[in-house]
Amino acid sequence: MLAFTIKRTFQSFIVLLVVGLVAFSMFRFVGDPVDNMLGQERTGADIERLRGVLGLDQPFPVQYFKFLKGAVQGNFGVSYRQGRPVSEIISERLPATLELAAVSAILAVGIGFALGVFVAIRRDGWVAHTIMTVSLVGVSLPTFLIGILLIYLFSVELNWLPSFGRGEVVMVGEWRTGFLTKSGLQALILPSITLGLYQMTLIMRLVRSEMLEVLRQDYIRFARARGLRDRSVYFRHALKNTLIPVITVTGLQLGSIIAFAIITETVFQWPGVGLLFINSIQFVDIPVMAAYLMLVSVMFVAINLIVDLLYFAIDPRLHVGRSGGTG
Amino acid sequence: MRQAIARAWASDFMWSFRHSPVAIVSFIVAMVLIMAAILAPFIAPHTPFDPGSLNLMNGFSSPMQPNQFTGEVFWLGTDDQGRDVFSTILYGMRISLFVGFAAVTFAMILGVTLGLIAGYAGGWVGTLIMRVADVQLTFPGILVAMLIFGIAKGFTPIHLRDQMAIWVLIFAIGLSEWVQFARVVRGATLVEKGKEYVQAARLCGRSGTAIMVRHILPNVLGPVLVIATISLALSIIAEATLSFLGVGAPPTKPSLGTLIRIGQGYLFSGEWWILLFPAATLLTLALAVNLLGDWLRDVLNPRLR
Repeated sequence: MLAFTIKRTFQSFIVLLVVGLVAFSMFRFVGDPVDNMLGQERTGADIERLRGVLGLDQPFPVQYFKFLKGAVQGNFGVSYRQGRPVSEIISERLPATLELAAVSAILAVGIGFALGVFVAIRRDGWVAHTIMTVSLVGVSLPTFLIGILLIYLFSVELNWLPSFGRGEVVMVGEWRTGFLTKSGLQALILPSITLGLYQMTLIMRLVRSEMLEVLRQDYIRFARARGLRDRSVYFRHALKNTLIPVITVTGLQLGSIIAFAIITETVFQWPGVGLLFINSIQFVDIPVMAAYLMLVSVMFVAINLIVDLLYFAIDPRLHVGRSGGTG
Repeated sequence: MRQAIARAWASDFMWSFRHSPVAIVSFIVAMVLIMAAILAPFIAPHTPFDPGSLNLMNGFSSPMQPNQFTGEVFWLGTDDQGRDVFSTILYGMRISLFVGFAAVTFAMILGVTLGLIAGYAGGWVGTLIMRVADVQLTFPGILVAMLIFGIAKGFTPIHLRDQMAIWVLIFAIGLSEWVQFARVVRGATLVEKGKEYVQAARLCGRSGTAIMVRHILPNVLGPVLVIATISLALSIIAEATLSFLGVGAPPTKPSLGTLIRIGQGYLFSGEWWILLFPAATLLTLALAVNLLGDWLRDVLNPRLR
């Protein structure tokens, strides 16, 4: 276990270094930072001086190291477009994305799991068939179309829910939250459904297929032969053994939620980091792009690492396989 | 010739095609849409991007109803500038499909080449290729595509950005999808490499390149075709998503995604047709290609299921 943990952590570290190199190369080679910072009336001496100040005359590895040092301290320079420190802009917008992602994840896991178990148990009923067919369409539907559809239905036609923004927000310390006001909660409904729907269908289909697989096993037949009630067979015996693959995939899906938040945030003009990223691409605002890349990578790599370690911790078969050597 | 056709018709492949209604319907739908896109200049009743042929008075005509000023009838209505929605969809689909096919071709060439090298030559080059693939696979494709689009845009001179956008898009989407090809080809190559015909070819003194291209490649093409179809559906959706987000095809050369982006602006003012018809077209196209890919996967490689 310890060797595995160290190896996995080391690998994650390498991935982050590579991503850091990509982010740094973006800074260094996409456009000229000096060009971006100096105005029209610059002289050769100005350029040389700024190069010295920015450390651009130093060798590449030294610059890379300096960049990493800055990145670890949360220093990504100044946004070309807004002229403010990138770290400030991001920390202002991060709560919006995290709240949206958290609610979507809870929706996706909760409903997806419940529906998955339901359609596995009642797999020949018409309700289960309907749910499965609808989910097939749900998987093919691009996220942004789901968002537009929901806006059309609930904002334009029914006029029940707001179609854009976060509603009223309250400051709790440094954290700007929408959880505490009515309009904030209302504004959260449509975006979180949009973001969670795809993951929900995925989780549901996965839980269903795993559950069906487990229900076919001998120990379930024996449990029934012993005269256990359905409820006990399904929830105490079957469900436990579907959990391992489900946890893995769900964990990885949480990472995608952060990435797909970009699309949802654009549809609903949600003021989070995803929308910030899209705007930074439109205006080629390299510091913001690089910072977002680093931020998302850290989250992704951390999630992957945790899922891998969790997988190892939960599944006893892996331990036996390793120490016994019988695999 | 006739015999060849008869034999092809009787093959397993065609048999399962003829016996799968889903495959037939999705094939016909996909073909109709692709032909409509190719023949757009001949089918489209208007040339939507020639400003000379537009009449602003035709703006916001409802579908199938004569315009209140000019009396002209447009099947699917017009947008704010009087462009015929049906024609913009045809031309938009042309761009969507072009980007989709080009991106998949690019991803396929890159992925198959790197996969063959990683599988056949192995060594530190192979390890490096697969490590890069692993790292890239950690991130969702759409995010990778966005990022590459952003970086490539930064490299393009500002006055060329709109013209180059389509090519940058192809590059970005293609680069975000090569991993699947490389992984599958590498796996298949590792299997083929140990077979006798490869040893025989090696004993004959053929070069490594010749063995990879002439002997191994034809034998790993089945799964490549499956991935290419699925990847086409993904590319079309990725293109639409990027264009919808405003980081793809420019408004001067709108794809289906750009049209949906434009149409979304009229959702609140009641001009639903500007949004609905491009969205429905995109959905039909993606669904047809997706179902075709599913069927192809089941036929060619049941193990991939």
